[in-house]
Amino acid sequence: MPIDVVADVMANRRLSSDYNVLALAAPAIAAAASPGQFVMIRPGRSHDPLLRRPFSVFEVLRDQHGAPTGISLLNKRVGVSTGLIYTAQAGERVDCLGPLGRPFSLVDPPAQAWMVAGGVGLAPFAALAEALCGRGTTAVLFYGARTAAELFYLDVFRALGVELVLTTEDGSLGEHGRIVAPLERRLSSQRTDRPVMVYACGPEGMLAATARTAARHGRACQISVERIMGCGLGGCYSCVVPMRSDDGRFHYVRSCIEGPVLAGDQIQWD
Amino acid sequence: MDLTVHIGSLTLKNPLIAASGCFGYGVEYAGIVDLASLGGVAVKGLFLAEREGHPPPRIVETPAGMLNAIGLQGIGVHRFVDEKLPELRARRATVIVNICGTTIDEYVELARILSDAEGVAALELNISCPNIKEGGITFGCSLTGTFDVVSAVRKVTRLPVIPKLTPNVTDVASFARAAEDAGADAVSLVNTFLAMVIDVETRRPKLSNIVGGLSGPAIRPIAVRMVYECRQMVKIPILGMGGIAEARDAIEFMIAGAAAVQVGTASFVDPFIWPKLIDGISQYMQRHHIERVSDLIGTIDTRTRDKQWISS
Ligand SMILES: Cc1cc2nc3c(=O)[nH]c(=O)nc-3n(C[C@H](O)[C@H](O)[C@H](O)COP(=O)(O)O)c2cc1C
Repeated sequence: MPIDVVADVMANRRLSSDYNVLALAAPAIAAAASPGQFVMIRPGRSHDPLLRRPFSVFEVLRDQHGAPTGISLLNKRVGVSTGLIYTAQAGERVDCLGPLGRPFSLVDPPAQAWMVAGGVGLAPFAALAEALCGRGTTAVLFYGARTAAELFYLDVFRALGVELVLTTEDGSLGEHGRIVAPLERRLSSQRTDRPVMVYACGPEGMLAATARTAARHGRACQISVERIMGCGLGGCYSCVVPMRSDDGRFHYVRSCIEGPVLAGDQIQWD
Repeated sequence: MDLTVHIGSLTLKNPLIAASGCFGYGVEYAGIVDLASLGGVAVKGLFLAEREGHPPPRIVETPAGMLNAIGLQGIGVHRFVDEKLPELRARRATVIVNICGTTIDEYVELARILSDAEGVAALELNISCPNIKEGGITFGCSLTGTFDVVSAVRKVTRLPVIPKLTPNVTDVASFARAAEDAGADAVSLVNTFLAMVIDVETRRPKLSNIVGGLSGPAIRPIAVRMVYECRQMVKIPILGMGGIAEARDAIEFMIAGAAAVQVGTASFVDPFIWPKLIDGISQYMQRHHIERVSDLIGTIDTRTRDKQWISS
């Protein structure tokens, strides 16, 4: 059952001129959240913007005793709400409803977890990586961005013991190009008797390519989709994703309650 | 303090109803809202058959409002009766089923099926969805169409029949009158206002359906005016809605003439809005020494105008 809190902004860490990480004091939500779940955020009380925005739970924040104190959100400034979240000051308060949606299902050794992130699609993976590494699961992060300055939190993932495979579109860090290329190579060279679970979040084209690549190599793939949402609770039917039906057609499911994590091979990609 | 209101033969424990299309089938909210505490739950519009609805994007925000073009995705009446109604019944919700048809026969068939189902309190005839071309709105935009569909449904059910009117006509009150003449027990208004938003960078419409229905606080003053106009024209109860976000807004609709109100968009923003609205209405009643909330209905005082000219 989701909890609605008026959360204090504990910190706002600007990562670049577009990206920031907002830390919110929301211990009850932090304690209840599983990797892949999201919260609905309203960064003001006016009628513009009117609706809340969905955000993945980026990190679960803890005090020195390990007790959950809050969550952080990875935000990219694109519109009015994300602009307000970018400029939010410590001490401001935002409405925060969650945790919502179906989380990732985790894998245990000997299965490996390969996370594929594009841009702000890194958002669900800090929490996922922490949970996976806590179970001793070998984790790899395939992480692509436009340029080196937009690859964030690398030290955090390294400290968890996550292997990093990086790409940039301008070649300023890691491999030059898109992230699906190294994923494809690695899948090709992985022995088929070594189980791998692929997790992906990012731009639609990257997700479609990742899902297809994983399917071609016979690997299961959990995709975290991002859709425009009205309510986050299954009330409005705005955030639908087309899923394959048995009869070769498709049907829409609400990504807020049946997702945001969906099986890559079930999504109807075009 | 008495919060009950009467809609035909139906008694609601308070005047607050979750608006159709904004509360799923009700069961989605069972974990966070005590469904029995609401005056009623209007479930998402149902056709006889399942429907997939429009491709996304299905909503877009505007200042103080949002447009939607969901296209009435739905599970169809049979699955509703089998899969959702039992839980709604178990949770003691007052269920208002919003029905949509492409023909009068479809409305009649839906009304028959739902009249036989246990746990349906009333039928809301959606003749006002602006987002689908076939049926529905074609009845809602014609006085004879409205009359015909309401009288056909009236003949086959003893449930309260509540046509839901579109604001996308010149004179809503005449449609309320046609509904009353055809035997409606009440009318609901308003559905959304046909609207559109264009992305000027790409010059593309922001909704896949190109146009959609505007809801939320942006439409409230127009909706209040329409309820007020209908109140002059008909005697049957009015279920008023459009942009209600606070207790004060609900009270405004009731003063304009609504016997009960529905809340849609605002419950997306705050799904925990219901007890807050009830508290606000109760406080208002206390402050104004009103014992029964129904005593508020249509109490607008137009004889003495507000003379205050200093801007507040
Ligand atoms: C996403 C969405 C879906 C809706 N679906 C329906 C529907 O299925 N049937 C219906 O009669 N009205 C539907 N409506 C209209 C609402 O019930 C209501 O009339 C309108 O939104 C105005 O109220 P509000 O401003 O409180 O939202 C829908 C509105 C929205 C925003």
